[in-house]
Amino acid sequence: MSTSQITPDVVSAHQLSPAEYQKILSLLGREPSLTELGIFSVMWSEHCSYKSTRIHLKKLPTESPLVLQGPGENAGIIDIGDGVAIAFKIESHNHPSFIEPFQGAATGVGGILRDIFTMGARPIAVMDSIRFGRLDDPDTGARNRRILEGVVSGIAHYGNCFGVPTVGGECVFEKSHEGNPLVNVFALGVFKHNEVFYGKATGIGNPVIYVGAKTGRDGIHGASMASAEFTEESKQKRPNVQVGDPFMEKLLLEACLEAMKTGAIVGIQDMGAAGLTSSTCEMGSRAGTGVEIDLAQVPQREPGMTPYEMMLSESQERMLLVAEKGREQEVLSVFKKWGLDATEIGVVTNDGMLRVKQHGVVFAEIPNRALADEAPRYNRPFSKPLRTAPVTGPAIASKDLTADLKALLSSGDLCSKRWIWEQYDYQVRTNTLAGPGAEAAIVRIKDTNTSVAMALDGNGRYCALDPRQGTKLIVAECCRNLSTVGALPVATTNNLNFGNPERPEIMAQIVESIEGLAEACKFFEVPVTGGNVSLYNETLGTPILPTPVVGIVGTLPTDIPVPLRFPRAGLTVLLIGGLGTPELAEMGGTQYAKVIQDSLWGTPPKLDMAYEKRVQATIRELVRAKAVDSAHDVGEGGLAVALAECSFGKENIGVHIRLDSELPPEMLLFHEGPSRILVATKNPANVLARARINSVQAAAIGVTLEARVTIRNGNDILIDSAIADLKSLWAHALEHLLHNPVLV
Amino acid sequence: MKIGIVVFPGSNCDHDAWYAVSQNMHQQAEFIWHETASLTNVDAIILPGGFAYGDYLRCGAIAKFSPVMSAVKRFAADGGLALGVCNGFQVLTECGLLPGALVRNANLKFVCRPVELEVATCNSPFTHEAKMGQRLTIPVAHGEGCYIADEKTLDELQAEDRITLKYLDNPNGSLRNIAGILNEQRNVMGMMPHPERVADPLMGGTDGLTILQSLVHAATASQMSQMGTERSVPCGVGLGQRNPSPFARA
Repeated sequence: MSTSQITPDVVSAHQLSPAEYQKILSLLGREPSLTELGIFSVMWSEHCSYKSTRIHLKKLPTESPLVLQGPGENAGIIDIGDGVAIAFKIESHNHPSFIEPFQGAATGVGGILRDIFTMGARPIAVMDSIRFGRLDDPDTGARNRRILEGVVSGIAHYGNCFGVPTVGGECVFEKSHEGNPLVNVFALGVFKHNEVFYGKATGIGNPVIYVGAKTGRDGIHGASMASAEFTEESKQKRPNVQVGDPFMEKLLLEACLEAMKTGAIVGIQDMGAAGLTSSTCEMGSRAGTGVEIDLAQVPQREPGMTPYEMMLSESQERMLLVAEKGREQEVLSVFKKWGLDATEIGVVTNDGMLRVKQHGVVFAEIPNRALADEAPRYNRPFSKPLRTAPVTGPAIASKDLTADLKALLSSGDLCSKRWIWEQYDYQVRTNTLAGPGAEAAIVRIKDTNTSVAMALDGNGRYCALDPRQGTKLIVAECCRNLSTVGALPVATTNNLNFGNPERPEIMAQIVESIEGLAEACKFFEVPVTGGNVSLYNETLGTPILPTPVVGIVGTLPTDIPVPLRFPRAGLTVLLIGGLGTPELAEMGGTQYAKVIQDSLWGTPPKLDMAYEKRVQATIRELVRAKAVDSAHDVGEGGLAVALAECSFGKENIGVHIRLDSELPPEMLLFHEGPSRILVATKNPANVLARARINSVQAAAIGVTLEARVTIRNGNDILIDSAIADLKSLWAHALEHLLHNPVLV
Repeated sequence: MKIGIVVFPGSNCDHDAWYAVSQNMHQQAEFIWHETASLTNVDAIILPGGFAYGDYLRCGAIAKFSPVMSAVKRFAADGGLALGVCNGFQVLTECGLLPGALVRNANLKFVCRPVELEVATCNSPFTHEAKMGQRLTIPVAHGEGCYIADEKTLDELQAEDRITLKYLDNPNGSLRNIAGILNEQRNVMGMMPHPERVADPLMGGTDGLTILQSLVHAATASQMSQMGTERSVPCGVGLGQRNPSPFARA
């Protein structure tokens, strides 16, 4: 074994602490080689090891009768009946997307798709949660716009070519993302129960096969880059970002699914973060076996690569699989049909070691468990969440409520995102019953009577004010979105985006948020089956708003979905759940505070989870009984924004609302209290009766009519506008922000 | 009657076309691998959407060299019906079965949206079940769907009644709003919109069936007349050089 000078500087350059290095010395009983140090550095990085969060993630509920596979595998698996299952997960590609937006986002899509089909599932839906700095910021706006355009075209490039529909997501603009955008990608796949594959290297003597793209020098140390704060030097890390090839990935998908059908594959795992390293040691560790590979056999893009570079390369579109000895040819011939490189590079051994050789020389020899399971775990100190926002805010005194509504509808967060999602193929595979812009995305599962609905949501503002409460509200919102289309929420995935966990106030946000997630997921019976943690989201010491992103899936019978928009005039509009009882402080986290006041203060809205659950049951029952003609939850922007959104259909049907409330008009129109859903129906008695049975408030508040949106409270007209005036602002705001940002 | 659906590495609407034909329309359909050198067993061909061979060089530029495209050319020369959708249209122009070319959308961005089309001729095996001027709403999903050709070719297409579908709200900058065209013999059509995506009420519409049913019925008629049986079909069509085409040039 080559001995290297492992100086403290070399250790620190690998982002390993002195204590972590001591642990390596004691696990190995000797000094590591440079290759071994590199291997430890990626496997023990925050990105791969979850070392700061693992002890807290244990608090999450992970089981239900429907969960076939919980956290720890490439993706969680849920039973949806008829012998069919879905696999789904979310992953972040935040850091690469800042350094190189197009490729960073594209390879983010590629990575999560591999996580899904490596389990044997065919990907049938993708959603994205993306966050950028403000497009109209005088200093950073131009860069923020460039990052947005790059990320969107990167997602489009990869997903469209691969042939998976991008069916929904969210896009939010916050000052704190100008140096640190968030790109979280969710993917969902479908398969039969007996088609599930795991990343396990079982069967001593079985061949280890490398499939897909050749290994190059790209992406070396991507995982450790994703575990560090951004500095001015980060821009020089551009070569660390990988380049994606969606065509190669499409071939890999088809070839892997076909090869799995031969029955000759024992285990399979994609080469994601830390490439060859993570796939070999994790597959060995899960099976309790060793894996020995010969790097000379690995297909290489360029000559002269060192073992260090090959083990740390993050070249995309590569898979590692273990085949049954003697049946290699069956597997190899499938890959040959698809024109892919497939090479035997090693063997499963009985000694539990990851052994890396090149031309007969051993370059690394590490127990698999040391890498995958013995990674350090930290109970990092945490304070009470540090409150930076004031308790009280500017006086709420609107002069013109209709003008406020227009400002909200043309704000980055609330405006139509059509400019983004029309760049995505949201229909390929012809399963999309409800796509982008809908209450929740719905894809049918062919050959069954079941469809899957999915919602993806985050709210950095709520979480900045109270990470625990904010996270619970996000879970409630996702479940409400699903229930509003008639789906029963069944399981959760999550992407925790936070700053530097070594700072106690950030660690406090993480702990509070995870505990809020645990509490809400338990209550709403949506166990967490997997997810991702992205920390060190800071630039020059400024952290992002704490942003847990939650993705929840639900099931419903396949049918034409209930629309969000009012379909025709003359229907009664009801508000299920009631107007809410907000306190003034609850206005501080709203979009009203953000857009009209340019401020963040107070508290997130209150949430009564038991009541919320009853509201959700009510709407689910009504939608399934076809008792409503449209349904939309009241979310960000409050009641007025929700009513406007209901009026933006092709049919040009608006609403005349009459309220009778003591609340100040700004709060009445724009507070964001949860547990509220708007429906339109010709038979309001059904809705009222169903609400009464479930002990939920409901009241008829208006009627649909053509062309106008009017909201009255008592004798006061609060809002009055032609739909066309509101809609044109809402529809074109994003393009306006992108192309004429100064004229907001 | 059987419809063959060509599968290139990188095709990704192949399964959608198969589903529309076999599950929504209850007709036989089978996949044809790109290495297939002859088409013996099928009555019509669909070249589906996707990114054949990755389309990194130019859409369809590699596909035109595939063995299956030589077979498709012979099939078409023999009067066989071939419908190219999206990437399939691009492949048909690359290999010279249709004139003109498809280039980057005018705004340089991929676009996925339902578009309104006008049926510009019913005199074709792909549109004979439509009414002249009928409006169809069918989605597009492409980055390179802007149809271009020189003026002479465009004039010819128009004069020979070979423009089948026109955009009413042009999403990509196509010249003369062209969404679909025929070859001279009228047995090959390329179109950028995806009829297979609106062949099921669940998918929000069934306008695509107008195109697909025209194709299926024309192919059935062609098969019947080859077998020497007389059969009345919509428009009373039989097909191909194998049989004199009722969709002859005006």
